[in-house]
Order: sequence, then structure tokens, then C-alpha cells
Amino acid sequence: MKVLMKGNEAIGEAAIRAGCRCFFGYPITPQTELPEYLAKRLPEAGGVFLQAESEIAAINMVYGAAGAGARVMTSSSSPGISLKLEGISYLAASELPCVIVNIMRGGPGLGGIQPSQSDYFQATKGGGHGDYRMIVLAPASVQELADLTAEAFELADKYRNPVMLLGDGILGQMMEAVSFRPRTALPAQDKTWATTGCRGRARNVINSLYLDPEKLERHNRHLQEKFRQMAENEVRSETYRTEDAEIVVVAFGTAARIARTAVDSARMQGIRAGLVRPVTLWPFPDQAIKSVLASCRALLTVEMNAGQMVEDVRLAVAGARPVHFYGRTGGMVPSATEILREIQNIAGVAYGASVS
Amino acid sequence: MQQEVIVAGFGGQGVLLTGQLLAYAGLLEGKHVAWIPSYGPEMRGGTANCSVIISDQNIGSPLVEEPGAVLVFNQPSLEKFAKRVRSGGILLINSSIVTGEVKRQDIQVYRVPASQIAAQLGNDRVANMVLLGAYLELTGAVSTESVLKALAKVLSKGKSGLLEINRKAAEMGALAVRRSAAAEA
Amino acid sequence: MQALARPQALTEEKFHYCPGCTHGIIHRLVAETIDELGIGEKTVGVASVGCSVLAYNYFNVDMQQAAHGRAPAVATGIKRVLPDRVVFTYQGDGDLVSIGCGEIVHAAARGENITVIFVNNACYGMTGGQMAPTTLPNQPTTTSPGGRDVKQAGYPIRMAEMLATLDGPAYIARTSVHNPKHVIKTKKAIRTAFEMQMQQRGFSMVEVLSVCPTNWRMKPVDALQWLENNMLSYYPVGVYKTVLQEVRG
Repeated sequence: MKVLMKGNEAIGEAAIRAGCRCFFGYPITPQTELPEYLAKRLPEAGGVFLQAESEIAAINMVYGAAGAGARVMTSSSSPGISLKLEGISYLAASELPCVIVNIMRGGPGLGGIQPSQSDYFQATKGGGHGDYRMIVLAPASVQELADLTAEAFELADKYRNPVMLLGDGILGQMMEAVSFRPRTALPAQDKTWATTGCRGRARNVINSLYLDPEKLERHNRHLQEKFRQMAENEVRSETYRTEDAEIVVVAFGTAARIARTAVDSARMQGIRAGLVRPVTLWPFPDQAIKSVLASCRALLTVEMNAGQMVEDVRLAVAGARPVHFYGRTGGMVPSATEILREIQNIAGVAYGASVS
Repeated sequence: MQQEVIVAGFGGQGVLLTGQLLAYAGLLEGKHVAWIPSYGPEMRGGTANCSVIISDQNIGSPLVEEPGAVLVFNQPSLEKFAKRVRSGGILLINSSIVTGEVKRQDIQVYRVPASQIAAQLGNDRVANMVLLGAYLELTGAVSTESVLKALAKVLSKGKSGLLEINRKAAEMGALAVRRSAAAEA
Repeated sequence: MQALARPQALTEEKFHYCPGCTHGIIHRLVAETIDELGIGEKTVGVASVGCSVLAYNYFNVDMQQAAHGRAPAVATGIKRVLPDRVVFTYQGDGDLVSIGCGEIVHAAARGENITVIFVNNACYGMTGGQMAPTTLPNQPTTTSPGGRDVKQAGYPIRMAEMLATLDGPAYIARTSVHNPKHVIKTKKAIRTAFEMQMQQRGFSMVEVLSVCPTNWRMKPVDALQWLENNMLSYYPVGVYKTVLQEVRG
């Protein structure tokens, strides 16, 4: 059955259905409906909701709870995620699974509260210190927020690593129809490494300190091998009307929704446009982009930032085609009309050239 | 077929709920819907608005650039949104509160004394339902029945008595624009 | 000789602490308490950042290592997931009073049912003897070479007194380990703190005055004397808060 729900609330409901029984967070617009929803629902489900004194405390509570074997989540918005980065580095280093939600708002600094995608670098390139990676999922609808939330917990447990769900203010605030699909039974939670008291076994230690550089390098190699497996197995993307597309737009999340409308408009004007939508931002879907190059004359990356994912698109294209960029910043959202104009310009329509 | 509408007014006038009822009604009719509110401090005591899309197909951009209709409940919203109505689109004004001029000739402007009608019905708070009834009469975006069904679901127990007055409000709104269309003809 | 046997709650790992450092004594008191209460198999400890960062190597129980200052938040996460386990943190003064001031205050205010062992040696030990929030007025350190100038660097923080003003804590005490008499009192306080947790009474903390001969640039015996002569007057020992009448005074 489909229900009408705000994106933020859909994340909360999906988390509970995925077996999450533990949430630590701190209020910040535009994600606050998520902790509010869980404050009500988690105790009903026999879980723990705790409003922490800061985002820093919240992520460290997540560390403790994850280390104790719980399915645990925290959420915030851009400035709050900056505060959590130290903890995220520790979680990745100590191989603790958890889900971190970032409902992005305009930055830098205190910035604003309107929707943005300007934390792409922070989410995909580390953010915190040291060589670590985490899977970054970028939903584009309320339904996908719910689906990917559930998947995020599974991926976190599968790799014993934090997973980030990266949305923006529009996705968090928007209401759309959503159904919570029954998921196949969770894989057996065999968290033998968790610190639960050492009755009947050798003691467990959750730690990221390796004072001996040789040991630390060994640990890094182990982590890198794990990240390599994530990159190999967990790439997700969606293509739309790319079969014969000459102009391929690359966009994620809300920007991809808007770009899809622009692609349809371009098609109606006879411009063969298509869309590649990365669903995982890390690992980045290089292959999906390479696979559309045969028919493609040029690419256009559209983001709600000053140009971040475009760097990964250019790496994937490796100079084979021109990669253009269009973005709005500060909480401004590109309109379908603006994107269509960019497509037209690239297609040469504006200069009277034929495209068909 | 895709309906795109913006509902705008003061926070507390029920503009966000009005949009939600519309979206919910669309969902009940098996359509694709998206509802996006303005959010942040401007909502507290200031202006609030939301956009709603109701579509037979998957919704691409959930954002409304050029609404086919705008429901206006206060003066600042008239100034902000009148210029955004799609050419040929509908501007519905609660004329009990909003008296400002509209210079555009390429849109249909309806002034409905929604607050006055609501007061006559005995509950000031159904003014939004009056204007929504007018909108449904003009566009047929969803049926009034679906909106009332949606309202029944969101009303807390013990408040179902409010359904009847809301039904009347929607009917009065519809009647008001029918009359005004008749007068023009 | 039974008294000298190694507690089961300590691993075989050799302490890395400097000669004359009292961390070893305090580790042992915590370990003895865990043994006596028979909770070794249901205890989870949280090590912090500072000289005691390697505590996870020494306590023979499940351990987590926390980021600098965040041990009370990490312990909160563990305890909320596993309310029937015994959870303790072991933190120094830089960790607890400086960078982790927020976390300890809020864990205490929530009455979080954990036990905090707080070791106060009036300096940053691991990084080489810098000024800590607990450094005494006029006490020289590497970052207050002329002695702590309160006009410039402000005053030390009395953590036990401060936290005792909150409604959340069940037990707050300050003790010292500069002589055997006080070591015995410290042991008693640590045991009381753990018992409070086991009785679901809420937050408990023992602040233990400790020496740092290396960074104080003193012989171990002189350091013990310095603690007695200088720290005890600024940081009086005693029970600052308890929910148990009989322990008071």
C-alpha cells in the first residue's frame, strides 16, 4: 500500500523496518523531521532514541552502539556532518557498520537552509582524515529514500563500514507516495567482533590505534582491499533515453529529477538527449558513463553546487568528449528550463546547427 | 495530464495542509503526486507556500516553475506568485483578505471571498477549503470526494464532525466560480 | 601473598607507563574491583586519548577505544544498546576536562548509568607535559613555562565539584593515590561507583589525583609529596555527591 510521506519521515520508517533500533542525533534544518519521527516511533518499536548534546557526541554514540553490535543510524545536514567527520573516520578505521544520513543544505559555513548538493566532495572524497571510503547512496525520490535506507543498513553490515545516504532539502521535505517493500530476511547478524562482554569467548577490542607503522600499513591494506571490493560490487546507476543520445546529462538526486524533465523537453524539440543518474556516488559509475560515449557528442553535468561531481565525470570520460557543467549554488535550484537552455546551447541549436 | 499548483499564504492559514489534501486526494485516485513545502524560519508567522504536482505519469522534476494555478491567501503571496502563473493559467484569490490588483491579461483571475464565506458557514478555518473547492471546480484536478476522503484520514478522531462543514465550504467555493463564469458569459 | 596476585581483569601485557606513574595503581584498583564484583565477562571498557590510550591492552575485558574526549558518548552508545552490561570509561584530565568537557557534562546530566574513572595529574602527559585545564596556578608546564598565569590562562576546573551540582549523577567522589591510606580509599570509591551502576542508580565518577613525575620533572617520591602539598588543597578529596545516605561524610 502506498502512503504519502515526507522524505525525512520515510527514511525513519524504512530504518525501523530494516531493523534499526538505535538513533543518536541533533536537530538541524532541513532534516529535523527524521529525528522527530524516530523520537516517536523508535520507543514504540522497542528501540533507543537519544538526542545528543552535539553532532560530535551523536556520532560517537553511534560508534559505541555500533561497536556493541546494534543497527544504528544518525542524521544531520551539512554543517552538522562536518562535525561528525572525525567520528566517521574512526568508524571506518575501526570497521564499524552504521548509516549516516546527510540532508544537504547550502554552504559553506553556516550557509543557508535551502537544498544543495555541495557536500559531494565531503561525502565521496573522505571528508575526515586518513585513507578511508564509504558507500554514498544518492536517492532521487521519496520511494528511493526508503529503498536505499534499507539497503544502506545491509551494505554497512556486509562490509563493516559506514554508509552514507546523501539527500538534499527538497528530498527531505518533499511528500511523495511511498510503499515499504517487504525485504527478504536479513542476513544472519553474526557480529562476533562486537564488544558485548566476553562471556564464553576471548575478549574483543574495537580500536583504530596502531602505533607501529608496519601494523598500520597492514591495517590500511586490509581496508583498501575491502574498499576495492565495494567498488567492484556495489556500483549503481540509472540511464534514461541514452540509447541514441548525443547530449548526455549526468546528474544525481534532485538535480537528476529536474534534468529528466529537461531531457524530455529536449527530445520534443528533436534534440537527442539522455540522462545518466549515478545512484552510488562512491563507488562512482564510470562504466555507465563510458557506455554512453559511443553515440554521445558531449556531456553536461548538472549539480546544485559549483561543480564537484563533474570532476569524476571528466575522469570517467578521460578527455574523449567535452564535459560541460551547469550548477546553481547557495540553495538555488536549477530549473528544467535552465537545463534545457544548456542542452540547446551544447547541441548547437542556439547557433542554428542541425542536430538530428 | 499534469496539474501543477501553488498554494500560498500566511503560516497558520492551513496552506500546507490544503496542498497536502490535494496531493493525498491525487494518491487516492491512483495518480502520481509530489508536494513540496517552503521550509525554515519564514514559515513561523511569515508566509508559507507549497507546490503540488498531480500527474498521470511518473513525475520528473518535482519543482513547479510555472504553475497552472495559484491559490493566494495573502497580499505578499499575490505579489510573489501572480507573475509565475502559466499563460492561460488560473489565479484564485481570497478576496476577503487580498485586494491587490492583477495587471496580467493572459491569465484567468478569480476573486472569491473565501474568508467571508467561511465565516458565514460558521468556521473561519475552512476558507482554504472554499478556495480549494473553487480550484477543483475549474480544473477537475481531482474530485471533491477524494479531497474529503483525504481529509477524513488526516482528521483526528472526534473531529470527523468537521467533514460536513468542509464539504459545504468546497461546494460554496465551486458555486462562487461558477457564478463568476456565468456573469462573464 | 594472595594480595599481590595479578587481577584476572588485567591482561599479561606489561604497562608502558613511566617509572613512578600512578596509572598502574589505578588500573589495578579498577581490575581488582571488576574481579571482586565478578563482572569481568559482562563489562565493556572505553579507553580514551592520552597516556592511558593503551588501556584497551591492559584491561582483560571487552574494550572500545574512543576519540579524544568522546569516551562518555561512546560509553552512552554501548550502555543504551546493552543496559545490563557494566560500562566504564578511563579518562585523563586533558581528555575529560578540556576537549571532552561537553560529553562528560551531558553524560552526567543525563544520569547515564556508566562509571567514569577520571585521572587528574594536572598536565597533558602523553604529549609531553603541556598545560591542562587542571594545571594549578603558577605550576610550570611546557606551554606555561613561567608557571600558569591565571590572568592569561584562566583558572583550573574542579570537575568533581562542578558535576556534583547536577541532578543526574548518583555518585561523585575525589580521591588520591599518593599514599597507601588514600589508595585504599580510592579502591573503596571505585567499588562504590561500580556498585552504583550495577544497582541502576545512574552516573558515577571517581576523580583520582595522580602524579606525573616525568613531566613534573621530579623524582617519584618527590612527586607524591608535591601532590600532597599542592593538589590536595586545590582539589580536596571527598564524596561530593551520593544517593546513598550511609556513604555520605
